[in-house]
Amino acid sequence: MLLNVIWFVLMTVLLMVYAILEGFDLGVGILHLFTRKNEHRRILMNSIGPVWDGNEVWLITFGGALFAAFPTAYAVVFSAFYTPFMLLLCTLIFRAASMEFRSKVESSLWQNIWDVLFSLSSLVATLLLGVASGNALAGIAINEKGIFQGNLLTFLNPLGIVTGLFAIFLFALHGSLYLQIKTEGELNYQIKRISKFLSFTVLILFAVLTLISFSTVAWARPRVITSILGLLAVLMLGLTLWLSWQEKGTKAFFSNTGFIASIILIFASNMFPYLVRSSLNPSYSFDIYNSASSPKTLAIMLGIVLTVLPVVLAYTGYVYWVFRGPVKLDETSY
Amino acid sequence: MFSDALMLARIQFALTAMFHYLYPPLTIGLGWIMVYMSYKRLKTGEELYDKMARFWTNIFAVTFAMGVTTGIVLEFEFGTNWSEYSRFVGDVFGSPLAAEALISFFLESTFLGILVFGWNRVSKRAHFIATFMVALGATLSALWIIVANSWQHTPAGFHIVETPLGPRAEITSFWQMFFNPSTVGRYSHVIFSAMLNASFFVMGISAYYLLKGKYEEFARRSLKIALVFGIIGAYLTLLAGHHQAIIVARYQPAKLAAFEGHFKTTEGGTPYYLFGIPNEKEKKVDYGIKIPGFLSFLVHFNFNKPVTALDQFPPEDQPPVKLPFFTFHIMVSLGMFFIALTTFALILWWKGKLFDFRWLLWIFVFSLPLPYIANMVGWIAAEVGRQPWIVQDFLRTKDGVSPGVSASQVLGSTIMFTTIYSVLFILYIFILIKKIKKGPEIINH
Repeated sequence: MLLNVIWFVLMTVLLMVYAILEGFDLGVGILHLFTRKNEHRRILMNSIGPVWDGNEVWLITFGGALFAAFPTAYAVVFSAFYTPFMLLLCTLIFRAASMEFRSKVESSLWQNIWDVLFSLSSLVATLLLGVASGNALAGIAINEKGIFQGNLLTFLNPLGIVTGLFAIFLFALHGSLYLQIKTEGELNYQIKRISKFLSFTVLILFAVLTLISFSTVAWARPRVITSILGLLAVLMLGLTLWLSWQEKGTKAFFSNTGFIASIILIFASNMFPYLVRSSLNPSYSFDIYNSASSPKTLAIMLGIVLTVLPVVLAYTGYVYWVFRGPVKLDETSY
Repeated sequence: MFSDALMLARIQFALTAMFHYLYPPLTIGLGWIMVYMSYKRLKTGEELYDKMARFWTNIFAVTFAMGVTTGIVLEFEFGTNWSEYSRFVGDVFGSPLAAEALISFFLESTFLGILVFGWNRVSKRAHFIATFMVALGATLSALWIIVANSWQHTPAGFHIVETPLGPRAEITSFWQMFFNPSTVGRYSHVIFSAMLNASFFVMGISAYYLLKGKYEEFARRSLKIALVFGIIGAYLTLLAGHHQAIIVARYQPAKLAAFEGHFKTTEGGTPYYLFGIPNEKEKKVDYGIKIPGFLSFLVHFNFNKPVTALDQFPPEDQPPVKLPFFTFHIMVSLGMFFIALTTFALILWWKGKLFDFRWLLWIFVFSLPLPYIANMVGWIAAEVGRQPWIVQDFLRTKDGVSPGVSASQVLGSTIMFTTIYSVLFILYIFILIKKIKKGPEIINH
């Protein structure tokens, strides 16, 4: 039984690292079209060039871990979110393709097409992730066998839409703070202004999101644990806002990282012990016990994770260290 | 057909898996060729090796990106289209998939950053290590997915447990699951054929340069390196394939019978068909050219011991015959051709005449796509031959599909992926041709 809880914590960690890392590279994608010069656009793409692929693996690992640890939840969630997930995959394909293909042909039409696709797919991917999270929190229309009874429009409820918008602005902010570290000169100045605007917008959207979830989702109302985490989140966001206005990009990036981490923790605390909540009848929900793999599998997988994850973090850290500092374009760049 | 969610889900999986498999064999094999070049770059400091490492890495990077993006789709498809299957096998099948992401995908994707963008940022030694890690990651990622897939063919190390949502498979022994009877044979077959694939790719492009009289020293050396990989790959693929056939005969006799169009059990030895057209209505092979008793020999090392035929299985447990038969035979014929070509080229190399014949270089150019075809037909034979089972003898394909997903949803996503993948594939080929034409002289990403 303890294993199930440990696995819930692990899933939370995977989701958290994914949101923090892919958060900034999706954010860079969202901001892509706000720069006009070809050189600036190249700097944006190259700022995430060496790392986006590794960042995306956190999503794959999240999916794989969910499959291994909570196969029933994996089966229910992915078939319920069928169309949104298919669209998400489609946007992830376009993102990768646009980064890989953009620089390969020296034609402004060709490059513009990939610029638009890159930015649009980053935006839509973030929106879908946000909408899915909002709906996961509120619960989805599944029956006692875990079969989805709704349709695509079911997902477009107020909470889902607000979470989607919140995710877009949050990741855009995160991306802009990352870019403050990665850019210099005119572009850096431009991005600082964007960060200021975005940090303010995120604050407003966070307030709206909090109010909507309090009023529409019973289990999202404040409890001791979520109140403490909520306070932490507000503190982190306030710090991000202040640091953005002080133009301290690096520090702001880390406090925003703290903000994202606290939001994921609030999300996880509100979900616990459920993985999939049914909006039709609470007893149709799947929790960490009735959707889990056998204790044996959970134990084996825990062993693998505890051995491998520290190594992964070590070499990921090494790669970030190798590519530290502002982007310098050279013959190996995109 | 377009209103049948099961058939559509099968078509979608087949299409997305095949589109995906256009890329990984090249990256798995090319990774090791690059490791060798990178090692020589480190040890000799020769500019030519630097050029080789950079040029092939360039090709590798585009291919890798295609492989990653098309691969994510597959991981999620289990849940979206095959939710009943996922629920049934998750306890067993999920762990190799999670291990694949943790152990292999992180390794290859993270070090890829250094491999592609790190030329001016890290030392030659660190770059060599990054190349090695990427190659290792790619090779290991195939391991985990093959473990999971082999378990579908020869399930082991589990028991069936009743749950409120229906029965499911649970692990009893991780290592029995990991080393299920077909893992070793199928994994080595995949890795060696990936080596073969990459070597034919490098040889084809190198031969093209030689025919055009461009970058000749670069091309000659690349071709020789690839030929060594190719000949090892060709022979070991055959060896692993043979081992696998014996495993199939023992654990999936209906599949082997389908490969061979072996409808009726007979007394004495079973023939091996070099060619023929299986006739499923009359249960015989038309226009067959056969070697008597040879299948018996291949499987049992005995020309006279009969091989189990399809008539030993109830009709509902029999796989289709035509598709596995044709695809299997095309694969075997191509495999024989690869052995003949690489052996012949090796003899010429030994006599110092490898680059003397333009027609041979043309053969290399035109052979470039053949390993891709061999890979595709091999997988079709393996997976169609497993039907009607999704987990051999335990779960039927029709019982694995998502119950809540409609035919129109599957049709929609199938059309979407087919369109996107086709466009991407055309762009990929277009970019490759551009890179090849540009050649190794100008180093540009």
